[in-house]
Amino acid sequence: MRKATGILGFLAVLLALAVSCKKSGTDNPEPKPSDNTPTPLQWTKPSYFPDPVYDLSKNPLTVEGVELGKFLFYDGILSRTDNIGCGTCHQQQAAFTHHGHDLSHGVDDKIGTRNAPSVQNMAWNTSFFWDGGVHDMDMVPPVPIQNKVEMDERVSNVIEKLKKTPIAGAAKQVDYPKMFKAAFGSDSITADRMMQALSQFMMTMVSATSRYDYFVRGDASALTAQEKDGLTIFKQKCASCHAGELFTDQKFRNNGLMPNRINDQGRYAITLNADDRLKFKVPSLRNVGLSAPYMHDGRFTTLEQVLDHYANDKPGGKDSIYVSPTLDPLLNAAGQKRGISLTSAEKQSIIAFLKTLNDDDFIKDKRFSDPGVGTSF
Amino acid sequence: MSAWVLAPALLVVSCSFPDEKDDTDPIETGSIQLQFDNIVGDQDLQLDSAKYMNAVGEDFTVNKLNYYISNIKLVRMDGSVFTVPQDSSYFLIREANPESQKLTIRNVLTGDYTGIEFVVGVDSLRSVMEPSEPGRKGILDKDMGPTNEEAMYWDWNPGYIFLKLEGSSDSATTANGRYYYHIGGFGGRTERTLNNLKTIKLTFPGQKAIVTTSIVSKVLIQADIQKVFNGPAQLSIKQSSSLMFSDSSKYVADNYAGMFSVKEIKIN
Repeated sequence: MRKATGILGFLAVLLALAVSCKKSGTDNPEPKPSDNTPTPLQWTKPSYFPDPVYDLSKNPLTVEGVELGKFLFYDGILSRTDNIGCGTCHQQQAAFTHHGHDLSHGVDDKIGTRNAPSVQNMAWNTSFFWDGGVHDMDMVPPVPIQNKVEMDERVSNVIEKLKKTPIAGAAKQVDYPKMFKAAFGSDSITADRMMQALSQFMMTMVSATSRYDYFVRGDASALTAQEKDGLTIFKQKCASCHAGELFTDQKFRNNGLMPNRINDQGRYAITLNADDRLKFKVPSLRNVGLSAPYMHDGRFTTLEQVLDHYANDKPGGKDSIYVSPTLDPLLNAAGQKRGISLTSAEKQSIIAFLKTLNDDDFIKDKRFSDPGVGTSF
Repeated sequence: MSAWVLAPALLVVSCSFPDEKDDTDPIETGSIQLQFDNIVGDQDLQLDSAKYMNAVGEDFTVNKLNYYISNIKLVRMDGSVFTVPQDSSYFLIREANPESQKLTIRNVLTGDYTGIEFVVGVDSLRSVMEPSEPGRKGILDKDMGPTNEEAMYWDWNPGYIFLKLEGSSDSATTANGRYYYHIGGFGGRTERTLNNLKTIKLTFPGQKAIVTTSIVSKVLIQADIQKVFNGPAQLSIKQSSSLMFSDSSKYVADNYAGMFSVKEIKIN
């Protein structure tokens, strides 16, 4: 006991020193000793997935951290109008995309310029958003929060609002100081912690239980003959870009879409490199059957339209591949018609296969569901 | 100068042990003040109310003017340089906040200084530092304090907005008649891209800034906002009512690199 007191005393002195010598602005106080230490949560990747990109050592998952992240994900308190949460435009039943919305729909019915991408398998993303402007998951949430036509709020103000919870009279009583304390050991609410909690939740949002996954894990009967055909054709004709178990090579490519009315230049806006004009990030195809509409501006509403574009045989016979200096060479092979040659039967098989990437468990998993704080429209 | 900025200097003092300073050749330090004064031509800048005219004959007002000053160095008579410690060398000048325009630099080696160097913007090392690091807190905290409240950071293409100038103009082509200059670009994280970092070198006009343990010199630096429009390039609000992360933003940066001058030095 004496010894323990001695150590505690020594630690107290150390802590006092640490506090007095702290550099400016380190507004993360040392976690205070607490009887409710967060419960570590083991994160395991599906065996056939690559190693995650996100560095879990800097933000180890805990049960309480993930729970906090889930509340933050759905809570409209993140927006200026207090009614738009992440979950408003990233809806679970649509694989965390905005069902029925080609362009993102934000505060005061403002309309953005791009289609809300799916929030799934974020652990493996080397970059985020259609232009890949953000390289770290912890830096993703401020983008929609502070975008004028999405949530139009300042992160600093979100933090102030979170500190003032629970709000008397609110339909769902959420006590964020208490939840931050449970997740991080002290009730200090900081932007770093908020982003970490959101990342923790997003780390858990792994989709790997589609019928395709059962097939990969050895259940040959999980796919029909047509779906297996589709997989074979897919690997020949689509997988050079939609590569690997995440169905994306994570590169930026110009897939021959006609520039839209705002002449969105995609990746170029980030790099200002002319070689990046009209390039957008190759999206994962997991849950693609659930995440219509398609492309960076949601211009296609069905997978048939998507394949008609790539096959360059849209009804009417007009060349649907827009030629520009950055057009992907895979769509512009010398000596043949632009696009990817696909027969009607091949398209049907590919679509049948793509639908096996629908992950019903993922879109119904209660761990990812709105805890009762969300809004949707 | 805000408390954000003052804190590191105080902490350095509180954490140093007296014994360590008990040297045979003691290093003496003092303070120097830098006062930034934003002007338009020969007038003091008035937010919102005053109407000005640029060189191509377009009227404009200024509703918002913010810019970062960082990496400050003081140049001695003999050409040698005192570099302000990195952690005390980031400031966000805001026209709407007079306190932000008064920079007090502590722990400056005593001596006679005849010039100053600083960067407009935030260097690439800080720009790519992890946002959770102490070096990205205080005035550089993208999620809290003035930088967040003034939206001086691009989340979608992470990096600080070095200079933000907004106002109204009858020549603006925007729906609301406003113009927006948001100038940034530290050179790129993974590949080389826009670099609008500008190092400003000024000599003190016929005067020295004396720093002793008791004398505090005050350097009055003027920034002529007229020169944001009228410099090496003559900018037209009609042609570009919104200049942000784009190649042509470099004309704005080249222009504002020439807007600073030292008006006078006062010795207290």
